[in-house]
Amino acid sequence: MIPSGVSHASAALARSPSSRRRVSSAFAPVLAVIALLASGVALANPEPWQLNLTPGVTSISQRIWNLHMLGFYVCLGIGAVVFGAMFIAMWKFRKSKGAVPEQWSHSTKLETVWTIVPILLLIILAWPATKLLIDMADTENADMTIKITGYQWKWRYEYVDYGNKNTGVNFISSLDAESNRTRQLGSGLDPAAVKDGDYQSYLLNVDKPLVVPVGVKIRFVLTADDVIHAWWVPSLGWKQDAIPGIINSTWTEIPTPGVYRGQCAELCGKDHAFMPIVVKAVPKAEFEQWLASEQAAEGINQAAATADTAAPAAPTTPPQG
Amino acid sequence: MAAVNPAIQPAHDIHGEHDHKPHGFLHRWLFTTNHKDIGTLYLVFSLTMFFIGGSMAMIIRAELFQPGMQLVQPEFFNEMTTMHALIMIFGAIMPAFVGLANWLIPMMIGAPDMALPRMNNWSFWILPFAFFLLISEIFMPGGGPQGGWTMYPPLALEGGYNVAFMIFSIHLMGISSIMGAINIIATILNMRAPGVDLLKMPVFVWSWLITAFLLIAVMPVLAGAVTMLLTDKYFGTSFFNAAGGGDPVMYQHIFWFFGHPEVYIMILPAFGIVSEIIPTFARKPLFGYQAMVYAIASIAFLSFIVWAHHMFTVGMPLGGELFFMYATMLIAVPTGVKVFNWVTTMWKGSLTFETPMLFAIAFVILFTIGGFSGVSLALVPADFQYQDTYFVVAHFHYVLVTGAAFAIMGATYYWLPKWSGNMYSEKWGKIHFWNSVIWVNVLFFPQHFLGLAGMPRRIPDYNVAFADFNMISSIGGFLFGASQLIFVGVIIHCVFFSKQRATSRVWEGARGLEWTLPSPAPYHSFTTPPVIDANSLAHGDVTH
Repeated sequence: MIPSGVSHASAALARSPSSRRRVSSAFAPVLAVIALLASGVALANPEPWQLNLTPGVTSISQRIWNLHMLGFYVCLGIGAVVFGAMFIAMWKFRKSKGAVPEQWSHSTKLETVWTIVPILLLIILAWPATKLLIDMADTENADMTIKITGYQWKWRYEYVDYGNKNTGVNFISSLDAESNRTRQLGSGLDPAAVKDGDYQSYLLNVDKPLVVPVGVKIRFVLTADDVIHAWWVPSLGWKQDAIPGIINSTWTEIPTPGVYRGQCAELCGKDHAFMPIVVKAVPKAEFEQWLASEQAAEGINQAAATADTAAPAAPTTPPQG
Repeated sequence: MAAVNPAIQPAHDIHGEHDHKPHGFLHRWLFTTNHKDIGTLYLVFSLTMFFIGGSMAMIIRAELFQPGMQLVQPEFFNEMTTMHALIMIFGAIMPAFVGLANWLIPMMIGAPDMALPRMNNWSFWILPFAFFLLISEIFMPGGGPQGGWTMYPPLALEGGYNVAFMIFSIHLMGISSIMGAINIIATILNMRAPGVDLLKMPVFVWSWLITAFLLIAVMPVLAGAVTMLLTDKYFGTSFFNAAGGGDPVMYQHIFWFFGHPEVYIMILPAFGIVSEIIPTFARKPLFGYQAMVYAIASIAFLSFIVWAHHMFTVGMPLGGELFFMYATMLIAVPTGVKVFNWVTTMWKGSLTFETPMLFAIAFVILFTIGGFSGVSLALVPADFQYQDTYFVVAHFHYVLVTGAAFAIMGATYYWLPKWSGNMYSEKWGKIHFWNSVIWVNVLFFPQHFLGLAGMPRRIPDYNVAFADFNMISSIGGFLFGASQLIFVGVIIHCVFFSKQRATSRVWEGARGLEWTLPSPAPYHSFTTPPVIDANSLAHGDVTH
């Protein structure tokens, strides 16, 4: 269980440059709509009536959000022109208004224009997308490595490298008991009553979250034991498939402490909906304290762990069998 | 082909019943080699599957009506999503287009029938057996397939009996599609009346010619992929099993090499339909006929080099992701040309808004919205957020329901008077249209929000934050489903009860050879090639 001392509604709100006020779920949906569209309020975790993508908490997720909005505005512009022209045509050129059809059916000039203009718009989109993608692919120089393994229907997290040491800490993270009771067919329990702190956490809470330090570049290596899963926390900006027999790698650096929730995003069998992800980002000192207590609890000999520097050199480009 | 004395043809106008139809129900429908009968069989089959697949969608939306599990177990829910997709794609959309091709292509190019009539019969009659195999799985021990219509291993191989049944039914569907495609190509290339040059053909015929080549190119690839699944499951091979030296991602590459052209197989004929309907009700020639044809051809070519955009999150090398992103974005260019040309066709026309035109206009607008989300999905970093969420579900339902299915409905209203000889009820057609267009948006538009807020697809239960839009979406779904009963009512009324006879031209602005035939089109038409008047072909100016 997550200590309720951590602010669930995301400390990111305070830090996110674009967010000026907190939109509470108690507000009328219309207000939320306007606020979300206008300011791109950083919702770390899904909120009722949420309309837009979360800008997330990392610089990468913020850039993804910018790209997403750029794409949206380009589409909005094209839509305004195309649909505007259609509605004018439907209004002005009606037979019932006595419109007489013209018989022209060709214009090289026009057709050239609407071949070239979309290409220019696409370049405007492709440029930032390419730069961002290159940055996202750079998993080098990570300060720590966490191995994520997908199982039907839970996740295993292994802290394979922290401070150039294999910490030996690894554990299974699966759906919290309260959600699990409630989600049974005909349980009669109210999903709205499942809470973690003041967040309605039904199906978005786990028995033991992944604890990570803030301000540290974390490399994740992902694989799976049985079928394909996908590890996705929207606040971090990406999802990555966890595939049996293949190791994928990606990275994140979380600037703000908080609880960030996600779910498996690749159909993996009957309980695909019931293997959530919770990442708890804490200050570095707190993380090291937590790591030590985990090691103590598991009886891991610190010296032995130190000797083992076997953080696997995860390939920067994943192997394709 | 039954020999018909061309001299008696004019008499068909009055004596529609004397046109040498086989007698007896079985003889007429089971053994038929007539392109019109086979077209009808395809269309009726497709409508049946549309309702079977649709009722599965109703179960899905009912379970998703509110958070918590109320109605079905997750296994059954997964069965429903898997079967819904397979039935709608292979049972509803594709056979509907083949049915339209059967009915219309010979009449549009002045041919007496399809080039290979016996094969035509076979390619239809395989389908009921294929879908009997597929649907019967639901009643077997262990139930139907639950791994999604994409059948990704290793998950898809976890099924029981259903793996073999599903694979054999897909083999049968593939055989049917390939034979249908061969027949269509042979018909278009060999059976055109003298004077119907390739670049004088209606755009619908062009769209099907290109679609048929796509089918021949990719259906064998699908057959290969599922056969490898079969041998992995039952014969000890390890094509997709990492433990045996195989690669589960290779399956995805092979599957989507089929799967992306498949997407265009389901939309190119819709482009053709809309390119017929809009000029008719704008009373103005199609703008940029040749550009439309070349755009379809470019889209078809590009469809072969974009497949990996369905799998941006599998961990491809950077270079691969960039290539597939750029190639995917390029598709927006020819697609844009088509949309702009449709709009320009309407510009300075003389518009009326009969039901087919309403569906065509809704197609252009809503398909374009599906295209917008498609452009967003092409941007790889953004796709890392969108992939496998309800945003994708909204995207492909906009292009497949308000795209492909709306085009099919529009086509039905447009040509039904030609097929049946009766006019449908315009009032009820419009009631069907307005209900469909409103509820389909209530159904699918909120799914954009759900996906962006973080709801994964293919889940039977969700966090309470997603509750409101899911409930709205479900209400839209139930009402959209119910609205389709109106469609059936209008068709039955038109074919069997309508008192209003259709003229041969049916629509004031209609052009093309099929409108020179009487309504209903006689059982055997163009037994002698028609004399071609270039102005009555396609939609006027075909030189550009």
